[in-house]
Amino acid sequence: MSREQSEKMPQRSGGRRGGHGPGGPGMAMPVEKAKDFKGTLKRLIRYLRPHKLQLIAVLAMAVLSTIFSIVSPKVMGEATTKLFEGIYGKLQGIPGASIDFQYIWEIVLYLIGLYLLSSLFSYVQQYLMAGVAQKTVYDLRQDVNGKLNKLPLKYFDARTHGEILSRVTNDVDNISNTLQQSLTQLITSILTIIGVIVMMLTISPLLTLIAILTLPVSVLAITSIAKRSQKQFVRQQKELGQLNGHVEEMYTGHKIIKVFGRERKSQQQFDEINGRLYEAGWKAQFISGVIMPIMSFIGNIGYVLISVVGGILVTKQTIKIGDVQAFIQYARQFTMPITQTANIANIIQSTVASAERVFEILDEAEETPEAAKPARIEEPKGNVVFDHVKFGYEPNQSLIEDMNIRVSPGQTIAIVGPTGAGKTTLINLLMRFYEVKGGAITIDGVNITEMKRGDLRSLFGMVLQDTWLFNGTIRENIAYGREGATEEEVVQAAKAAHADHFIRTLPGGYDTVLNEEASNISQGQKQLLTIARAILADPAILILDEATSSVDTRTEVYIQRAMNELMKGRTSFVIAHRLSTIRDADLILVMNHGTVIEQGTHEQLLEQGGFYADLYNSQFSKGGMDQEAG
Amino acid sequence: MIKLFRHLKPYRWLVAAVLVFVFFQTLSELYLPTLMSDIVDTGVVKGDTPYIWRVGLFMLLVALGGMACSIAASYYSSKAASGFGMSLRAKVFGHVTNFSLEEFDKLGTASLITRTTNDITQVQQVLIMMLRMMVMAPMMCIGGIIMAVSKDAKLSLIFVVIMPVLAGAIFLIAGKGIPLFKAIQKKIDRLNLVMREALTGIRVIRSFNRIQHEEKRFEAANADLTETSIKVNKIMAFMMPVMMLVMNVSSVAIIWFGGLRIDAGHMQVGDLMAFLQYAMQIMFSLIMVSMMFVMVPRASASAVRINEVLEMAPIIKDTGVTKTPESRKGYVEFRDVTFSYPGAEEPAVQHISFSASPGEVTAIIGGTGSGKSTLISLIPRFYDVESGQVLVDGVDVREMTQADLRSKIGFVPQKAVLFSGTIRENIRYGKEDATDEEVRHAAEIAQAADFIGGMENGYDSVIAQGGTNVSGGQKQRLSIARALVRGAEIYIFDDSFSALDFKTDAKLRAALKEETRESTVIIVAQRVSTVMDADRIIVMNESRIAGIGTHRELMETCDVYREIVYSQLSEEEIA
Repeated sequence: MSREQSEKMPQRSGGRRGGHGPGGPGMAMPVEKAKDFKGTLKRLIRYLRPHKLQLIAVLAMAVLSTIFSIVSPKVMGEATTKLFEGIYGKLQGIPGASIDFQYIWEIVLYLIGLYLLSSLFSYVQQYLMAGVAQKTVYDLRQDVNGKLNKLPLKYFDARTHGEILSRVTNDVDNISNTLQQSLTQLITSILTIIGVIVMMLTISPLLTLIAILTLPVSVLAITSIAKRSQKQFVRQQKELGQLNGHVEEMYTGHKIIKVFGRERKSQQQFDEINGRLYEAGWKAQFISGVIMPIMSFIGNIGYVLISVVGGILVTKQTIKIGDVQAFIQYARQFTMPITQTANIANIIQSTVASAERVFEILDEAEETPEAAKPARIEEPKGNVVFDHVKFGYEPNQSLIEDMNIRVSPGQTIAIVGPTGAGKTTLINLLMRFYEVKGGAITIDGVNITEMKRGDLRSLFGMVLQDTWLFNGTIRENIAYGREGATEEEVVQAAKAAHADHFIRTLPGGYDTVLNEEASNISQGQKQLLTIARAILADPAILILDEATSSVDTRTEVYIQRAMNELMKGRTSFVIAHRLSTIRDADLILVMNHGTVIEQGTHEQLLEQGGFYADLYNSQFSKGGMDQEAG
Repeated sequence: MIKLFRHLKPYRWLVAAVLVFVFFQTLSELYLPTLMSDIVDTGVVKGDTPYIWRVGLFMLLVALGGMACSIAASYYSSKAASGFGMSLRAKVFGHVTNFSLEEFDKLGTASLITRTTNDITQVQQVLIMMLRMMVMAPMMCIGGIIMAVSKDAKLSLIFVVIMPVLAGAIFLIAGKGIPLFKAIQKKIDRLNLVMREALTGIRVIRSFNRIQHEEKRFEAANADLTETSIKVNKIMAFMMPVMMLVMNVSSVAIIWFGGLRIDAGHMQVGDLMAFLQYAMQIMFSLIMVSMMFVMVPRASASAVRINEVLEMAPIIKDTGVTKTPESRKGYVEFRDVTFSYPGAEEPAVQHISFSASPGEVTAIIGGTGSGKSTLISLIPRFYDVESGQVLVDGVDVREMTQADLRSKIGFVPQKAVLFSGTIRENIRYGKEDATDEEVRHAAEIAQAADFIGGMENGYDSVIAQGGTNVSGGQKQRLSIARALVRGAEIYIFDDSFSALDFKTDAKLRAALKEETRESTVIIVAQRVSTVMDADRIIVMNESRIAGIGTHRELMETCDVYREIVYSQLSEEEIA
């Protein structure tokens, strides 16, 4: 988790909230590039299509507001000129010379009008864009979430949750910010650059030349500095990642560090990384911090040159004093959008890279589509048959070659084997989380691929070891088992699962809200809740994980009773840990290395003298450590 | 926030240098418009071209000086802020390393990680911003006002009108916006939560066929977030246009009133132009200050969290006078020990007395919450007892140094934690100078040699962070090997065989028996088969000892034990 966060951090601090703020460190950071820039951009634009009209309006507003803001310095310059002329006249002692306040007043009113309009348009533009940007992002999020629900479990098992989450949140967030701010900024910046050049040319081509000459200098300065600072930022990022990794490890292993007395060593290692981070950190900060002063110095050179040359031109009467003032304003306005555009170019690149990651999700292969005419089992009995089933997680790797199982209604099937033997594979196939590669699985004679997944899964009830509860009340969590369950039914289910008593001892009873990690109830209590949920669902076939290692013995007895109750009359697949369950099972499936290696009843398997017999004897025979207990 | 900045002390000279350089930089920025006004008033009005050139050159020099100061300020502020971050991190890390488990429980591991990493980075970022920009803003503001007043005091009255308007506008918009920004953060968290739940529970959701329900939940969170985002962005849409309007209208006002002043002969045109620029500088610095209001609260939340860590004093410390136990080795004794977790109503363990000697296996069994793990975590002094005594080799553990005490113990935790590095390094964690032979031997006893041998690089295979590339059972065996390589006097296994299948479990225990002949072994377990053959079984029930004895004795005397056994084994095995 910390890795994603640290990856995002520098981009965040790149000063994008500032809007018109100085475009300093942003471009000094390394930028992530998209693989297919054009295609992704086109696709992103497609998302904007429903808002075409608003976007056109935004564009129009941007044009208008920029035009008005560009015209105003020149108008203001005229006022200054009039002032100066009046004063100059007075100084020269020209009779009747005075400041033409009538004219200036008109200009002032005119200016205020211009400013008002410019601000108004810029406001309307931002206002409209807020709707467009956020709604687009809303659509994008909906699409991604909808898509995730259609993806096969293979996709989720191959990725960490953090990775998927980061695409849905961070990347989409990135797109949202860009749409909200950078897009309109890009438009206004480009318009401003063009407009300002035009206005400057109308005032004085010579001064314009001076102003434009400073451009290549600044570009050169920025790029050469940016290259260096990027290197340092990459280093800083790397060290920060290492530091975070170290902290994470040391804190999660705190107990181990203490008990093995490794505090000093861990601190030493930390200091080393910390020192390296400091070196890379201050250099990156410093070099990127140099960009601003150098840029403003280059700007100042231009400013001085314009003041001087402009002053001389005024004395020669070639241009007016107000024009020089206007020109200085233009020159100032000129450098800002240029640095901004460079910045935005980077932002857009990283946005497109984000968009690409989001689209990658949207392009993933979906689950095999549902059968055209889905079969339904009206009254499920619980006949389960694996008929020559072939399966492997990887295309060229086969785990299960030819599996044949025949289960009659009401039977109990115990699945045993060492950890990691692939017991979940069976569940994955039964519930059609994964597709078989050959053969068929049928329930009551119907091939599961011919059923709708929803219908198929509603035949099953599942109680797994990693209990899944969500942030909501206990009632909601139990009621999750069946939509539209009544209060009465929820309590009944809780009672059957021996959960009613503990629920009533909680401060809020059935309305107690489980917190985000569901850490306000114990592991055993969680398990009881999931059993209650399964009882409420009342499925025809059960899948149970018997491992109740984290539950105290009394609760365990309750859970056992609840499970036995639940299993009555239902076909049950039990990932068995208890010897009694195993021995009483109608069929034992012994799994190892991902596949079923033996099957039969307890007696049959013992007689075979294979893996199962070995397993059984190693635990309960009179060999090994048991001798003394004998 | 302020409290944290006392950690800046070693860098106070750097900060002073930053202040000085920023001051000079501000001076140069303020001086430029005055020079420009000289060009206009003296040079242009009199048509004195050489004067214009001279002043122009001087302006360039001033600008150059300004740049030099600014770069120097950037240099020192980078060093100060990065140094601050470094020493604060080191301090927090060192402090946390000394925490006992109690403090870890209180704050939570995940939270401690964020506090040490992200929170400090956040504060460091803000410190840089402050040193770079926010130091400058007040100087610029005050300097600008002084310069403006010096140009024309009466015209400066205009600021009396403008500044409250600008400040008012900023406060109004920010006042409306900031709570909404906070709401947005909460709604993003909510969306993340819904998403994360959908990911972790994907099998349950699909098996209960509740995809639609989850979709609705997501849509609700999404729509909620979108709505607030639109609202906040619409409010923020006011920000820039309003500020631009205020600035522009003020400059128009300055020109108008300035014109009147000029007409009356109170000021010159060049002064007016300089005045205009001062007005801009003042207003920009105001906007900069307003940005501070946005940034500082975010960082101060981080600062509060960091301070919380620093102010927490570890409860367990080495006492001044420490005893070194005499020659006895491996004796563990509990004398009427009672302990409660802080804030708990009931003690986690109470009135525990027993003793264990070398060569003996003591097993502890009982339900969750019965106090098994708590009991054994008192031996390495993860917590201090409330009453009674825990003695190791005849000495109260509180009277030994923690280092001495723990060097006697080989501990295998319930949750196997490995560190990134090779397998060899991980096993050596138990004994830094262990030879390859010792490492191999430990792995063999822990039944880990087989799978290590099966790996491509054997003992040099690299374990990923969090041990994600080995299975739970493999992790457990490596963590057992790590404890064994220590050759400790006392071995503690906290339910450390749970992820092993029965066969490996039995083999391991047989090998262990051989290896630990000289040591005291304490095993916490859930499976009866694991404890059955111990020399002494302690049955825990609701924080008390329900019975002590061998399997046979307990079967006859202890109800709780019988109940546990019956729930796990069938009659045949019990007999």
